[in-house]
Amino acid sequence: MRWPFRARRSAPATLRRTFVTPEGVDLRLELGSAGARAAAFMVDAFIILAILIAGTIAIAFLYRASGSTQILGILWLVGFFVLRNGWFILFEMGRRGATPGKRLLGLRVVARDGGRLTGAAVAVRNAMREIEGFLPLSFLAAQTSQGVADSFLTIFALLWSGIFLLFPLFNRDRLRVGDLLGGTWVVQDVRGRLGVDLAALSAEKPRRVFSEAALDLYGIYELQTLEDVLRKGRADAIATVAGAIRRKAGLPDDGDDFDFLSDYYAALCARLERGVMVGRRRIDKYAAASR
Amino acid sequence: MSALIDGSAAGAPLVNASRFRAAHEAEWERLDGLLTRMEKRSVRALDDDDILALPLLYRSTLSALSVARETSLDRALVTYLEQLCTRAYFQLYGVPTSLARQIVGFLTTGWPQAVQALWRETLACLILTALGVLAGYMLVASDPSWYYSIIPDGMAQGRDPAATQQTLRETIYSKDGEGMLAAFAAFLFTHNAQVSIFAFALGFAFAVPSVLLLIYNGLTMGAMIAVFAKKGLGLGFVGWLSIHGTTEMFAIIISGAAGMRIGTAVAFPGRLDRTEAAVRAGRSTASAMMGVVCMLLVAGLLEGIGRQTVQSDAMRYGIGLAALAGWLCYYYLPRRKEAPDALALSR
Repeated sequence: MRWPFRARRSAPATLRRTFVTPEGVDLRLELGSAGARAAAFMVDAFIILAILIAGTIAIAFLYRASGSTQILGILWLVGFFVLRNGWFILFEMGRRGATPGKRLLGLRVVARDGGRLTGAAVAVRNAMREIEGFLPLSFLAAQTSQGVADSFLTIFALLWSGIFLLFPLFNRDRLRVGDLLGGTWVVQDVRGRLGVDLAALSAEKPRRVFSEAALDLYGIYELQTLEDVLRKGRADAIATVAGAIRRKAGLPDDGDDFDFLSDYYAALCARLERGVMVGRRRIDKYAAASR
Repeated sequence: MSALIDGSAAGAPLVNASRFRAAHEAEWERLDGLLTRMEKRSVRALDDDDILALPLLYRSTLSALSVARETSLDRALVTYLEQLCTRAYFQLYGVPTSLARQIVGFLTTGWPQAVQALWRETLACLILTALGVLAGYMLVASDPSWYYSIIPDGMAQGRDPAATQQTLRETIYSKDGEGMLAAFAAFLFTHNAQVSIFAFALGFAFAVPSVLLLIYNGLTMGAMIAVFAKKGLGLGFVGWLSIHGTTEMFAIIISGAAGMRIGTAVAFPGRLDRTEAAVRAGRSTASAMMGVVCMLLVAGLLEGIGRQTVQSDAMRYGIGLAALAGWLCYYYLPRRKEAPDALALSR
């Protein structure tokens, strides 16, 4: 009998989302992870803070030189306002749809419905930032500096910003409240390079030939894991994998692990691909071998 | 496009993916190069040939992605094509229009239309503020001790019921502190703008905070008027206030209205999904909010510069009413309908 309280096995939660272009192809967008988002914000906050400090020092020097408080005071106040509210809005309205922090982490803000990202959506998204973190925390800071912050207020302010800061962790699509209202989400947008073709790696050298039985050992999942191992090129992983394959297939050790693996990869890939072409996709090693 | 490229020649690659790569890699690289140039600079960095080639390259790469997913087991290839297609999609479909065009569109249509669309909420907020003013006035007029519970000490600055007529007169007609006027204006602007952004953003809590903020704002004004009116300075005080006050109060009322719109959309989504309703309300009111920040900039300038330098009551009323009339015309005067794509606001 089945234990009634055993956790049900559900499909692992991924950040891949179906996104069909007008041409009818699913792009399978990958959402930015909460960690990447937080890191991007930290980078932005750091840059803003650095600019603010540098600007303040510059203004202080100018004040010493000229002595006119008026213009410099205005400069500082307006500069601070623009930095605080304009940084995110202006950068996200640009062509890259990302602040420097997001760009660094390979993220981009896009409209959830796939349309144009409007200035209004970006403005809403970032206006909500104010009440998510700045409002309770600045209020708290102001009260503390005057020595009137009691523990209730402290707990309330921290709870408030805690709820909003952790909000992305409690929904499937990692939406901030601002994303929710603005109709946006943050997706990964990286510039990748095309990796080398592993199957054509040693085309000029004579390849090793493998028996049917040796090639029947694995399926597509194992093939792609092997691809990862070869692309990462870590010597110990390559030696382990080569050893495992040789043991299972009953092949002698010829001393060149990398060449052995790339030949085996090419042969296995060709064989599985032939299967795919005739409609037999062997998902992994547990599926029946194609004949 | 065929994934099965004839490879019967001697020394031909083992797998299809290799032939597929060899046949199309040049196209992908060209698309990659074009996208990089567009991302780094703008579409203008591309010449005519490139622009014509772009949609074709995009479509053929997208179709290559479909083919690769079905026929190739090379994961690096599929990942690369996915990334390339995603970048291309967002450059072609998802990029906002240029900043300059957005700003022009905002000033000519986006801003006034967004405010116009809020007219019902604006009216409600105006009534709430007026009620607040009335309540504040009556409370303080009947019992001056109310004043101290309505207005915080920092804001009163000696303008309370116990002050003599002389002190009160000085606060609205004196000329001292002129040196810091402009800096004061900048401070007021940033402060008020921040407050109005809060009023807007807090609206999503079913509009309750926005309503409270408006009523309180009215209360403080009513209480102040009551104090000055008691000493026979009511007219002068309102004039002093109206230079910037008409603009500022209008801006605060609009931001309250925007908050109210979002709050009611969340509370009563109608036939829409609750989030969908919130998204629509948020987008349509965001332009109004950006407009509010601009209005407060104007109000800050009027306040900092005009308040103590303009001394006659008539001038003060004149400036205040002219500003009000200007805003009303800008927002509510009927205008020719333009193409709806100016800021792509109402989608």
